[in-house]
Amino acid sequence: MTLLDEIKKDGEILEINFGPQHPSTHGVFRMRVLLEGETVRELKPVMGYLHRNQEQIAENTTYAGIVGFTDRMDYINALSNNFSYCLTAEKLASIEVPERAAYIRIIMAELARLINHSAAVGFLLNDLGSFFTPLLYALRERERILDVFEAVTGSRMMCNYFRFGGVKRDLDEDSLAAIKTIVRKFPRFLDEFETLLTSNEILCMRCQNVGVLPADLAVNAGITGPTLRASGVNYDIRKIDRYGLYDRFDFKVPLGKKGDVYDRYYIRILEMRESVKILEQALQALPAGDFIHPKTAPLLRNPRNFKPPVGEAYGRTESPKGELGFYLVSDGTPQPWRCHVRAPSLINLSALEAMCLGQKIADIMIILGSIDIVLGETDR
Amino acid sequence: MKHFFKKGSVPFWGFGILSGLGVTLKNFIDSYFKKPDSGGVTTIQYPEEKSADFEAARNFPFLVYDETPEKPRCVACGICERECPVKCIHVVMAKDEAGKPLRKPAVFDIDYELCMNCGNCEEVCPFHSIFMDHDYEIASYDRSSLLRPMSKLLKSNDYFHKVRPVDAGKTDAVIRAAQEKKAAATKQKDSAGGQ
Repeated sequence: MTLLDEIKKDGEILEINFGPQHPSTHGVFRMRVLLEGETVRELKPVMGYLHRNQEQIAENTTYAGIVGFTDRMDYINALSNNFSYCLTAEKLASIEVPERAAYIRIIMAELARLINHSAAVGFLLNDLGSFFTPLLYALRERERILDVFEAVTGSRMMCNYFRFGGVKRDLDEDSLAAIKTIVRKFPRFLDEFETLLTSNEILCMRCQNVGVLPADLAVNAGITGPTLRASGVNYDIRKIDRYGLYDRFDFKVPLGKKGDVYDRYYIRILEMRESVKILEQALQALPAGDFIHPKTAPLLRNPRNFKPPVGEAYGRTESPKGELGFYLVSDGTPQPWRCHVRAPSLINLSALEAMCLGQKIADIMIILGSIDIVLGETDR
Repeated sequence: MKHFFKKGSVPFWGFGILSGLGVTLKNFIDSYFKKPDSGGVTTIQYPEEKSADFEAARNFPFLVYDETPEKPRCVACGICERECPVKCIHVVMAKDEAGKPLRKPAVFDIDYELCMNCGNCEEVCPFHSIFMDHDYEIASYDRSSLLRPMSKLLKSNDYFHKVRPVDAGKTDAVIRAAQEKKAAATKQKDSAGGQ
């Protein structure tokens, strides 16, 4: 006898649909929840409302054209997606990246991480019922970074900035000065944010021991990113793969103990502090030189000349949400034969039911918020 | 009060909440007395005041003409049409009565509904003709006004200088250099032919 039949028999169980229009589902996402009283007995995520067929579109677009589409996957931090995609394409065609370009990429990716984590924490607090005060403090800082993005890349969110062998445009002195100011002021904002939140008793009571994800389950379910590290597993692709120039930077990987919502919140604050450290080092060490490899610079004007040799490549980066991987198969034409995306948002959702079982219905929203998903990436 | 002291959770003394309220109070007072970049109000009243434009900002593409709209820089090569990731550009080359191509567009449509503001067309254009605009106030009630024909897309080089002074200056310099090179080459050819 299934759970549903059992519930129907004694009439105690209520089946409800969370979403897809619920404001706390961070987009269009539905959860079919079976409730016994207020306790969650079963939860099934339903997705696909934002499916835009991006993997298929990629097969009909040039390699350089896909960079613009990767922006639309995880729209909160477009630059991390650019990074992962360009890394894969460079692996496929064995392109080197000049040192300055690699530094610019790391600066941009870490700024994107600051944006993502501040927004994620802000929206988590919104889900908790602290309406808009922490969120707007976070968005205020985010706006400053977005201004830099607009000045450098041309667009606030859909940056389309990375190119094979470097970046599209060089960082000028004004933008560098703006980034330095942001990096100098960001720890002060984090201190203020922590005074507001970290020791707040209401936040502690709502978040501690809620939505516990054990380390073994997290590893088995393929969870990556801050959600995995909050469970105490030391796995950061920046440290393991050392892609880009991450081996040159001195930073720590913060780890949680219990793996509850509070740990996932606090891991993000700590990661922002580490990102600020990386940014300080990168800004100090930023060398002069080319922002794009001289051999690939003509590809900016002629994207159709980029024809990687027949083969396949998988590249991955530590995006703020987890392991973001691209799998490209080339058949020697200007368009990829296959472009698959390993989206962290989708795979992190697989542990949602395990985290929610036995919790109260009001906790579902904050557990979902603490995984930090973006539906553009989940459905693609 | 007893259930507040759950095992593993913080005791409810209220100091965390009070210090948090201190932060909101500080932000509230700062918003009246400080400048926007040091904690003051960062919002602007949009229709009345607008935020500063960035040189690199991009919205939707437009076409540049030098002297008159009848003579656009575009030669209808169709590279932007081919490279556009969302295929929102449609170009047809003009032909004279004999069917000889005229190196200028007869039709140049851009569907702003489809355009995703990626800026790839600007990047690939070999004739410095298509550029990204800064005009973001294009909302309209009907979809047909977002399908821009060539007459609406063509804007003067002066307008380009107004919205993006640095890029326009660079582009002009590149075009002038190319013209001088071409003039020198033809002069050399002429003198060689004269001998």
